[in-house]
Amino acid sequence: MAKQLITVTINNKLTELYVDPRESLADMLRNDLKLTSVKHGCDVGECGACTVVIDGENFDSCIYLAIWADGKSITTVEGLASLEGELADIQQAFVDDGAIQCGFCTPGFIMSTLPLLNVEEDLSREEIKKQVSGNFCRCTGYTNIINAIEHTREKIKNDRDSDK
Amino acid sequence: MYDFNNIYQPKTIEEALKMKSEHPEALILAGGSDILIQVRDGKLAGCDVINIQPLNELRGICVEDNGSILIRPLTSFSHITKNPIIEKFLPALGFAVDQIGGPQIRNIGTIGGNICNGVTSADSASTLKAYDAVLEIASVDGIRLLPYADFSKGPGKVDLKGNEILTGIRVPKESYENTYGEYMKYSVRRAMDIATLGCSVNVRLTDDKKSIDRVRIAYGVAGPTPMRVPTAEKLGNGKVITEQLITDIAEAALTDVKPRTSWRASKEFRMQLIKELCKRSLRTSIKKAGGTI
Amino acid sequence: MVVGKKINRVDAVTKADGTAKYTEDLLDDKCLVAKVLHSTIANGKVLSFDLEEAKKVPGVVKIITSFDVPDIQYPTAGHPWSTEKAHQDVCDRKLLNTRVRFYGDEIAAVIADDEIAADHARDLIKVEYEEYPAIFDMEESVNNPGDVPIHEEKPNNVIVKSNYEVLDYDEAVKEPGLIKVTGVYETQKVQQCHIENASSFAYKEAGKVVVVSATQIPHIVRRVCSQALGCDMGKVRIIKPYLGGGFGNRQDALTEPLNAFLTLQVGGRPVKLMYTREETFFGTRSRHAMKFYITSYVRPNGTFAAREIVAYSDNGAYGSHAHALVANAVNAFRMMYPVGAIKGVAYTVYTNNPTAGAMRAYGIPQIGFALEAHVDDIIAKLPNDDAISFRKKNMMQLGYVDPGTTITCHSTGLSECIDKGREAIGWDEKIEKYKNQTGDVRHGVGMGIFCYKTGVYPIALETSACRMILNQDGSIQLQVGATEIGQGADTVFSQMAAETLSIPFENVHILSQQDTDVTPYDTGAYGSRQTYVTGMAVRKTAESLKNKICDYAAWMLNKDRIDLDLVDNHIVRVGTNDVLISLKEVAMEACYSRTNSNHIAAEETHHCSDNTYSFGVCFADIEVDIPLCQIKVNRIINVHDSGTIINPQTAEGQVHGGMSMGLGYGLLEKMLFDPKTGRMLNSNLLDYKLMTAIDTPDLEVAFVEPKDPSGPYGNKSLGEPPVIPVAPALRNAVYNATGVAIDSIPLNPEKLFQEFTDAGLIK
Repeated sequence: MAKQLITVTINNKLTELYVDPRESLADMLRNDLKLTSVKHGCDVGECGACTVVIDGENFDSCIYLAIWADGKSITTVEGLASLEGELADIQQAFVDDGAIQCGFCTPGFIMSTLPLLNVEEDLSREEIKKQVSGNFCRCTGYTNIINAIEHTREKIKNDRDSDK
Repeated sequence: MYDFNNIYQPKTIEEALKMKSEHPEALILAGGSDILIQVRDGKLAGCDVINIQPLNELRGICVEDNGSILIRPLTSFSHITKNPIIEKFLPALGFAVDQIGGPQIRNIGTIGGNICNGVTSADSASTLKAYDAVLEIASVDGIRLLPYADFSKGPGKVDLKGNEILTGIRVPKESYENTYGEYMKYSVRRAMDIATLGCSVNVRLTDDKKSIDRVRIAYGVAGPTPMRVPTAEKLGNGKVITEQLITDIAEAALTDVKPRTSWRASKEFRMQLIKELCKRSLRTSIKKAGGTI
Repeated sequence: MVVGKKINRVDAVTKADGTAKYTEDLLDDKCLVAKVLHSTIANGKVLSFDLEEAKKVPGVVKIITSFDVPDIQYPTAGHPWSTEKAHQDVCDRKLLNTRVRFYGDEIAAVIADDEIAADHARDLIKVEYEEYPAIFDMEESVNNPGDVPIHEEKPNNVIVKSNYEVLDYDEAVKEPGLIKVTGVYETQKVQQCHIENASSFAYKEAGKVVVVSATQIPHIVRRVCSQALGCDMGKVRIIKPYLGGGFGNRQDALTEPLNAFLTLQVGGRPVKLMYTREETFFGTRSRHAMKFYITSYVRPNGTFAAREIVAYSDNGAYGSHAHALVANAVNAFRMMYPVGAIKGVAYTVYTNNPTAGAMRAYGIPQIGFALEAHVDDIIAKLPNDDAISFRKKNMMQLGYVDPGTTITCHSTGLSECIDKGREAIGWDEKIEKYKNQTGDVRHGVGMGIFCYKTGVYPIALETSACRMILNQDGSIQLQVGATEIGQGADTVFSQMAAETLSIPFENVHILSQQDTDVTPYDTGAYGSRQTYVTGMAVRKTAESLKNKICDYAAWMLNKDRIDLDLVDNHIVRVGTNDVLISLKEVAMEACYSRTNSNHIAAEETHHCSDNTYSFGVCFADIEVDIPLCQIKVNRIINVHDSGTIINPQTAEGQVHGGMSMGLGYGLLEKMLFDPKTGRMLNSNLLDYKLMTAIDTPDLEVAFVEPKDPSGPYGNKSLGEPPVIPVAPALRNAVYNATGVAIDSIPLNPEKLFQEFTDAGLIK
């Protein structure tokens, strides 16, 4: 099928590329851009390992066509650390809280936490769990992942309060 | 790589309708969370699709002059839940679609897709049924309005002709005004699951809050299509609220439904849930409406 | 001290920033795609393939069928090979099978330029079968094997039947006044569900076939591939990158042997064989469904007089790990409560279900459920005993030597574990509070205990090698054949090396990938063996390296070797601990000395000939919504004795993961099959009920830490055990809440509906 030109911002970089209209966003990110943090775990939007953030919302990139990304802004876990390699708060919290084991679900899981981190109202542990229930983890039992999210939200809140 | 034979890419609704009339066999690709999966597993491999996903004209929610709430079909579940109009006037619907799948699915899945695929387990369907939603269906020949009650034609089958596209879902003011509802989804898991049974109830109480003025009860997975239970509703309308009444309504609901045994759940278990969810949803709805039991 | 300290995982950052490469991330762009054709009957044989249409699909490179593979039957189990024929693994499958034994059996493979072509061509292959009646029930398979055995080598479908007897059972039951309790307990087939599917790719390089694969057992997979291909082991090279979970499924050769064969059919061009989620479900391995008939004779004073078990294990279509699992189960039946006469019989049976293999705790979750459920059934009939007193009276004690295996209890903290959990959950108050409940929603508490051996000695070989190389900066390279599969092995090995060498943790650089051409030999990640067996290899190697470093320092400093030691990253004088020179200075000189360069390295093998038991308990506090047939876990705590904890953070992580898996096992998970065809019905993550975050309660963990004298650092097994006691604790809590004793899992809504209806709680 004829490829189609799309313009998309990926990890803050405006990119133009030709994609096959049949291609999933996951395949585009992995194969065309070598962003291999985007993992295949089911290819049907059930496991969450391919989660990326598009315009502030988390999506399973395996069931998202690459052509739909035209004009949008996409973040993968490769886009979170600073240029110098300093991890983002949520990544560091995953490291420090023991929220990582085999690591296969980790990038997608971290992407699903992003929309939660800056929500200013208090979120119960239960609400946080609900908002990451589209990501399966078979290793950790989730407890330390939820801890990492809570700790990051606290840190962001403290940073916000001290800015005020 | 999804095995599409052709992918048509309209830029406007008019183009989409034109393409649909030229390619009536082509499937409407909205959020893709049903169709892409079926393409992948081979059921729809090699199909033609009309990609309406980018058509923002088909997104959004508003209150029309006559008070009807209009939901455009490409509105995602999460946008419905977070929408202030829905929060204010139709919270039961916002809650219902917040029970679908997980966050990612709620961000991509559309309410139009949810009802057009015609499955009985669709989480939005029973609530839309319970609120007497009216569908706006367009083709190159014009627009027709169809009560959602008449839309289902059997499992996976809906009243959409080859040249038609769903363009709007309306809930009339009379239907939601002074009405309080509750949706209960029963599933094995609390996320990433399809309903073993779904029950959507809403009530309008009399001014003294002592009686039920109108009760509407709809189910998913209690039959081949999402369904209302007229016998149970009739029994409840105009009656003084008592615990016995709630039990009677729930028992009456059993006479209207026809769940089946599948490997996901037995008929007997679904019957148990039909009764129990009805009672619980009724109680919650009545409490929300200011009634006491 | 580095051992015992909470230290972040050595691989955490690379996993958090997305740079960790897993098998699929290493693919060559030019890789060909292989797709397997799976049988659509459960029992029979392929008569012919019609490939005509399939071959016409543009992009198809080659189609291989079961008629094209070598006539070699090979084993797949991740066991150390036995050089004695009688103890070798079952060799009962070919690379592709003409004789079809389950719905989904691998019968042909398409190699194509891309996935669409491969899928399309595969779907166009026409197959003609001769079909035999299929047998899906394990007892039926034994009692009524039919005319055509599933494997001709086993005419009655029994792979192995074994039995044992401790003391004289028939004599023991004659004791007057005994209370007889019988029960039949069943556990279901579940899947490991690692998030990375079974995946590999293979190519030929320098005359060797190279397979890159997500495996727990690279050295064993090399041996299996060589057996399957009929080539020398040196001609096969296995590379194991980061791996997305294993849980025992990858303690088996999965896609690797076929993948190795397929690349050789296209001149060694790279070929990938990535199973989908669906294929991973039915086409890899799973946990054995088992059924146990248990009879106990108990004295009124709450002690066992005699106990008997008859166990059936559904092995499915192929041997894989075969009898080792149910043998483990009936052994644990004996070990947990080694009191009175005990008799056991176990059958491992072929059926036409997908093959079962290793899964976290290897037969013990099954017996753990049955035995701990049975114990609560016994306690209900005893006048003066409760769940804790009965277990404490009968459970394994320090110094126990198992008569079947000779495994000795070198340490036990089980009693303290129980006390700690009892206190934490508020057991005594809750038992009191939850008495005589009525109403729709009822609360209950339950518990389960377990014992678990550490590694596989003396049932199989236990061996491990380690290599350390001193860098010029005084840091070390650490290489082991033991594998990191998410459990934290690399981190604890690094801690162990730092501890024994007395160097900073940061100065240990472990190579996380295994490459059988480079890595020292180790059998791999299974049996919760690595910290115990490989840990000893790390310790021995560190001691050896330390010795060599001190030797060199003695030459450098012109001192007697005996007066020197390596402490805190420096060479010091023994006795006074006076610092003489830094390790870095020694390392620089050793590398660059113009008169005596010496590239200091050490490599040691630990041939392990000991074993020990770890222990633990789970306490659960739940509520049951009877009309909705739902269980809500309000609190759940596991307390473990795994000896010295090497790293509290990774240890806690292992317990969390096991508890979560135990919750899924006890409450939700089950592989379902169409009773007519044997096709798996729920081979996806929507219909297979893995627990999501919101389904999982907050998990509580505690440890007691008796130092085990046989462990390298006082440690013993931990990786698998946390899964074991959860399901019985939940079952016993439902019993406590509702008075309904349910003898099979999962306790899912449909099961509860049946049970509550039968018990009259739902009308």
